[in-house]
Amino acid sequence: MELICPAGTPAAFEAAVDAGADAVYCGYRDATNARNFPGLNFSYQEMRDAVRYAHARRVHVLVAVNTFPKAGQPELWHRAVDEACDAGADALILADIGLLDYAAKKHPKQRLHISVQAAAANPDAIRFYQQAFGVRRVVLPRVLSVHEIAAVAAATTVETEVFVFGGLCVMAEGRCSLSSYATGKSPNMNGVCSPASHVTYADDGDTMVSRLGAFTINVFRRDEAAAYPTLCKGRFVTSAGEGYLFEDPVSLDAASLLPGLKEAGVTALKIEGRQRGRAYIADVVRSFRQALTDLEAGRPVAASGLKAMSEGQSNTEGAYRKTWR
Amino acid sequence: MQLTLGPVLYHWKPDIWRDFYYRIADEAPVDIVSIGETVCSKRAPFYADSLPPVVERLERAGKAVQLSSYALVSQERERKAMEALVREARHPVEVNDVSSLAHMDGKPHVIGPFVNTYNEGTARYLASLGATRITLPPELPLESVTAIAAGCPEVIVEVFAFGRMPLAISARCYHARLHKHSKDNCRFVCELDPDGLEVDTLKGEKFLSVNGVQTLSFACSNLLPHLGALREGGVKALRLSPQHCDMAAIARVYRDAVDGRLDIPEAVAECRRIYPDVPFADGFSLGAPGAEWKATFARVNGVEERL
Repeated sequence: MELICPAGTPAAFEAAVDAGADAVYCGYRDATNARNFPGLNFSYQEMRDAVRYAHARRVHVLVAVNTFPKAGQPELWHRAVDEACDAGADALILADIGLLDYAAKKHPKQRLHISVQAAAANPDAIRFYQQAFGVRRVVLPRVLSVHEIAAVAAATTVETEVFVFGGLCVMAEGRCSLSSYATGKSPNMNGVCSPASHVTYADDGDTMVSRLGAFTINVFRRDEAAAYPTLCKGRFVTSAGEGYLFEDPVSLDAASLLPGLKEAGVTALKIEGRQRGRAYIADVVRSFRQALTDLEAGRPVAASGLKAMSEGQSNTEGAYRKTWR
Repeated sequence: MQLTLGPVLYHWKPDIWRDFYYRIADEAPVDIVSIGETVCSKRAPFYADSLPPVVERLERAGKAVQLSSYALVSQERERKAMEALVREARHPVEVNDVSSLAHMDGKPHVIGPFVNTYNEGTARYLASLGATRITLPPELPLESVTAIAAGCPEVIVEVFAFGRMPLAISARCYHARLHKHSKDNCRFVCELDPDGLEVDTLKGEKFLSVNGVQTLSFACSNLLPHLGALREGGVKALRLSPQHCDMAAIARVYRDAVDGRLDIPEAVAECRRIYPDVPFADGFSLGAPGAEWKATFARVNGVEERL
């Protein structure tokens, strides 16, 4: 299985390449990619340099242009597609049907992948993208269990790529407007979720209150670590009481599921975290490279031991095990 | 301007569901009714027997019927159900997940608000596959709605005008989770909240509502204040999404406002009387936080008033 690693900066990119990534994914410094955070991502020139660096070391580059182009103003997205093809990207990761259509027509030889933001959760959706645009790989939504991944992989000739580590979306990706409900900015339109520009922390006597836009996302005691107020990871109140309504604050760590994913016929394993620094990227990539080496050699794969690096300092195998089903 | 009644997104008791649609057939001045389970495939059997008589009654009353489909299709039986729906449907199917497009094979159909139609490029591509009508995602601002209508005149552009806004869908069922049931053994507890389960913040702000695997806004979209802009922007249909209130009355208010028999402040006040306990919101239309209610209305003396 290939190891696909994130890079939000040229420094993180080189770290991922050097630590053993088979491919690195990244995006341009604008609203065309789903990690459009201040200080992150690549200029057109930086992307060209990054592709050169990676290709010299036989590592592939996947360029994410995976937000949904603004109506009436598709030029920025078209330019990102053209630039990435011209820079020599090994594949483009796209979510929008109109943009897939543009890329398939304008660059018929370019390899296209379906972004997780397209929420292609079953073989019919994948077949649609395959027949319509000739896509070669799908990044599967995290709503699927290992068993379901195996069923999808068996039912399609498109390669499958699954997330194995990093931040976990609770909702079906690319189909969530929670962030824009509170802030006006969404992953689909702006490439951001629960953006820092709309986050406030207020001292409330004994407690710290984190807010997103006009809404309280969590309240912490002085001795609690105050997590970033990502909307779906907040504490809320219903008639059934208060608590983490949507998901407990954990990150995805599916390292221990690697044998099952291999068995399922998965082509590539993906690590989330384009917003992370180079040291983090290097550690996570090295750890997964080791796990894959063990797996290929028939040795047991240890749990990845990356707990301290995870959001909320605890890990989950997420939907992949589906204990809640 | 057409009025479309969207599918009931909640799990209503079957007799209440059936009587709701009989009343819509008899009393609601809507042109189109989109009907069928959209949120959770487990609920569909409850309505299966009532569906044919309801459709017949709606058609007898002169409404055009569309058959809604699942917004999230993951299990094999769900795929098969969608394939059968498309194959057997004698009415246009409302596609709410891209996977249902794979069965369409050029058949005319409509695109629902759960498909990501964010721009004219996507709208044109969907039209080329046979889409005749597209209901745009609720988070799109008017500016984008206008650009899509202008860039894709071959489809009827519909916007989500009234009702709690669908914001997210998940593989997990939050109703089951809150009641400490597994999803497979959920005991259909979502039935306890026919208008959604209220979600407040720890500081008491009313925020969201939960409907099984779906999360909606707490506030209710109401785009009446933007009727003029929507019309000028090329929107040809408004979607009214059923809440647990007198939807026939809501449809009459919208019809009267659209036909100019009721001015906007009165129409908004009337909606408030019919659905009193939930605040209205129109923020998405203006590119603001979707929870906000920005509407103002210019009186004849030019003074702007909050609605």
